[in-house]
Amino acid sequence: MIYLYCVTFIEAVELRKTYTPKGAAPVHALDGLDLVVPQGTVTALLGPNGAGKTTTVKVLTTLIRPDSGSATIDGVDVIASPERIRPMIGVSGQYAAVDENLTGFENLDMVGRLYHLGAKQSRERARELINIFDLTEAQNRPVKGFSGGMRRRIDLAGALVMRPPVLFLDEPTTGLDPRSRIGMWEIITTLVGEGTTVLLTTQYLEEADQLADSISVIDDGKVIAKGTSDELKASIGGQRVEVSLVSTDDSAAAHEILTRFGSTEPAVSIDGRGLTVNAEDAPAALQLILSEFAHRGIQLYDAGMRRPTLDDVFLKITGHTASADDATDSESTSPPQKATSARKAQR
Amino acid sequence: MSTSVREKTPYPTTSSPVVAWLNDGWITTRRNLIKIKRVPDILVFTTLQPIMFVLLFTYVYAGVIDIPGSSYKEFIMAGIFAQTVVFGSTYSGSAMAQDLKDGIIDRFRTLPMSPSAVLVGRTNGDLLINSISMIVMMSTGLIVGWRIKSSPLEAIAAIALLLLFAYALSWVMAFIGMSVRSPEVINNVSFLVLFPLTFISNAFVPAGTLPGPLRVFAELNPVSALVQAARELFGNTPPGSAQSDVWPQQHPVLAVLIGIIVMLVIFVPLAVRKFASISTR
Repeated sequence: MIYLYCVTFIEAVELRKTYTPKGAAPVHALDGLDLVVPQGTVTALLGPNGAGKTTTVKVLTTLIRPDSGSATIDGVDVIASPERIRPMIGVSGQYAAVDENLTGFENLDMVGRLYHLGAKQSRERARELINIFDLTEAQNRPVKGFSGGMRRRIDLAGALVMRPPVLFLDEPTTGLDPRSRIGMWEIITTLVGEGTTVLLTTQYLEEADQLADSISVIDDGKVIAKGTSDELKASIGGQRVEVSLVSTDDSAAAHEILTRFGSTEPAVSIDGRGLTVNAEDAPAALQLILSEFAHRGIQLYDAGMRRPTLDDVFLKITGHTASADDATDSESTSPPQKATSARKAQR
Repeated sequence: MSTSVREKTPYPTTSSPVVAWLNDGWITTRRNLIKIKRVPDILVFTTLQPIMFVLLFTYVYAGVIDIPGSSYKEFIMAGIFAQTVVFGSTYSGSAMAQDLKDGIIDRFRTLPMSPSAVLVGRTNGDLLINSISMIVMMSTGLIVGWRIKSSPLEAIAAIALLLLFAYALSWVMAFIGMSVRSPEVINNVSFLVLFPLTFISNAFVPAGTLPGPLRVFAELNPVSALVQAARELFGNTPPGSAQSDVWPQQHPVLAVLIGIIVMLVIFVPLAVRKFASISTR
């Protein structure tokens, strides 16, 4: 990760926004949120549902006014001069903002015309985006009935009609299948390579890890930690030793062994087969643990070392896992494993 | 990703605010025109239902309702026109609520476009739907024996008044749609409000035939003024029939014009202001 520019492009200071639902306690959607996004970088807002990610994006994209606080993009006051902000931002939201009754082409052409491109220019740009985003199939059919991935691509293409210098992506891959997710990540990576400043929100720790130069972890409407992915991981210490048992019968014995050689209390997975422990000298600990397992005749599916993940970071800072709030949302609890390995291979 | 996404930047053609506003209004209107073309139920509703109403009322009730000095066919047409265009104005309400639900309002609001354009396009869509309905209804009416008994100019005034009233009502509905946010609620509520409003009026029976409180309501009902205005301008008022002495019934054209202006003056700014602050969820 090299910072080509260190010029602040997006800055938010002490943003506050409180909603008072009828007959319920007030909700502090934003509770003094601070944010700095340097030019030409990707910053991820990472947090569970309801942490304030979407509210932050809505404030910065002129959709809602905060109760207090200030925000600027390229020095322009977002709250005082929304009309000067709109020409320079591209926004792609969690819910694809496309017209169901229009074709893919008509949607993009409409956006182009509303940016006041001439008829010819607008059509050209729409065609260009259709090709770039591999939407040829969608161009002449109404969006109604398209897959989520394709809608999302049309929506993102809409955000890029004017080649905006700054792009807001609110949960760009939530609800997408792994293949569409990889596609979306490729597009985002390309954009960043071309110098676009990106603020993206995500509840996928993997996604922030893979795409972002810096990560702001947010919870309850404020930033609770920030740094690069490596910095965040380093902040919670060394490597882990992880074992996966064949039989749960060995769970107690394995727990005892890991406690003996690790430096922390072992964490046990829900099914009782996976155990993880921190270790100061992980390779040595792994060797000792494996030999003890062999001695006791405990059978293993898998064993190894791993670096801490952002999941560990989140758990450490907030005391709850990022996905704990999303128990009802099965999609969001499964991080995009396959997509991750594909992206990693690319790097 | 063979082609670069942002290597060259097309600059928007800078134009005057008026040109920009006209452009935005046209683009959002075009969006609604495409919708009319693509969603067949809207077209069916706007063409078949008026035909059905004309035929039902002229043939089913014509025999039992007696209009002294005139025929029921002649009497009823203005009522059907008014009812149809009033219902035709409700699309703006449900469509704004639907756009809000779909999130496309968020897209529009982040574009550097005129803040009134989406509403202009939406209400223009209703205007077009109602214009189509008017043509269909008048043609059907002429086939079954309805006649315009006034000058062409007066007839045009009648059509313009009906369409303008509905257009103003579209702005009211658009504002309500953005406030209520649920297309289903909008549809149900407008049905519950507009049905009594159009039926407890002089649209289908002379108001004088209604019992006490209903008659008072019917005489003061703005729909009655609209019906009466259209009836007079089409030359379909039964001669010598007992006229109500309520002011809106005495001066229906003026009353409707005032109503149109009041609705527009209040609800255009309200709706535009509402639009500038709404967002999905």
